Amino acid sequence: MKMSRRQVLILLPAAAVAWDAVLAGKPEDAPNYKLTEHWWGMLVDISKCIGCGNCVRACAVENDVPEGYFRTWVERYHVSDYDLVNPVVDSPDGGKEGFPPRSGAGGKNFFVPKMCNHCVDSPCTQVCPVGATFVTPDGVVVVDKKYCIGCRYCIQACPYGCRFLNPKTETADKCTLCYHRITKGLTTACCEACPTGARQLADLKNPSDPIHAFLRTHTVQVLKPYMATGAKLFYNDLDGSVR
Amino acid sequence: MSKFKDAEHLLRVAAVFAAGVIGFVVLRAVLVPKSFGEYGHYRGNAITEIAARQVVFAGHETCETCHSDVSSVKSQGKHAGVNCEACHGALANHAEDPGTIQPPKLNTLVLCVRCHEVNGARPKDFPQIVAKEHNAGELPCETCHQPHSPVIGSGAKP
Repeated sequence: MKMSRRQVLILLPAAAVAWDAVLAGKPEDAPNYKLTEHWWGMLVDISKCIGCGNCVRACAVENDVPEGYFRTWVERYHVSDYDLVNPVVDSPDGGKEGFPPRSGAGGKNFFVPKMCNHCVDSPCTQVCPVGATFVTPDGVVVVDKKYCIGCRYCIQACPYGCRFLNPKTETADKCTLCYHRITKGLTTACCEACPTGARQLADLKNPSDPIHAFLRTHTVQVLKPYMATGAKLFYNDLDGSVR
Repeated sequence: MSKFKDAEHLLRVAAVFAAGVIGFVVLRAVLVPKSFGEYGHYRGNAITEIAARQVVFAGHETCETCHSDVSSVKSQGKHAGVNCEACHGALANHAEDPGTIQPPKLNTLVLCVRCHEVNGARPKDFPQIVAKEHNAGELPCETCHQPHSPVIGSGAKP
């Protein structure tokens, strides 16, 4: 093959661009998953939660959460008839092994599953000094373990108390909304293990997701709306006493 | 105006500055990962790395590809909405290798009570029992209730 100097000079930059693309690798390994076509959140129906702790156990198994730490946990609220704003809350071992019967009757009692709210304007990602925690283009707040320096700023910044320092990796750890599952078309481990359907994964960009009809027809709230975090953990039947 | 005599000083400062700029550009190119800034102020490849984690819960669709007999019984009963791994535990490794990895046998005396023991904070319309009164002999629950379709007389074999 004969090539003139002019042709070589024209081809060189093209080869450089091609080589650059080879070095960069593919952004997504799952070929059918498009980052821009999803916007993840979750629906929690308090009226369906039975406090069995299945979600807490499933999360620990799926994500290798260290003993004594929780990416999701269940709280039991007791609101007395005479003091509506100061509930008694307990969560023995995060509700992992269920809840022993409460002594003393009366009042209002219910369970509240909690986890990362995957906020749109999350305070935790804003304080990270190294760009190790961020909101993915499909709306999930995650931690880059290779970049995290373990400074704990994000743990203090989270208004919902959803982060912890993993003692094994010494990096910030939190719910990833089972990112390795939802990108493969599965639901999260907690939703998979929930026996009553109290937890539902929701894709807000998918027009046929049942979340849209649910949000239209129910009185759904988020936690701490006054903090304007843009939380995407939607609670149905949320009592005003829940903090 | 006389010509500035010590122009060499300025040249040296300029050379040091230029070396600093070049050093910064080179170090930045070496130290900052290629995917940093791909989507925002973070390493774009971190998304792929987090998504690459192995799945532990197979998901009920995977179970139903082989166990359609059980799922057809379950879909007729009260436990239709309960996914397989809610009781049987995480079994992606069994789905990968059904021959060698067998699911553990379940103890219904522990398992059923987790959801159905009476608790004041549970929804009032959820079926609840006091285990000690309901089953004084401590018989396994499946003696009377078929776990996949638990109502007695629902037609499913215990």
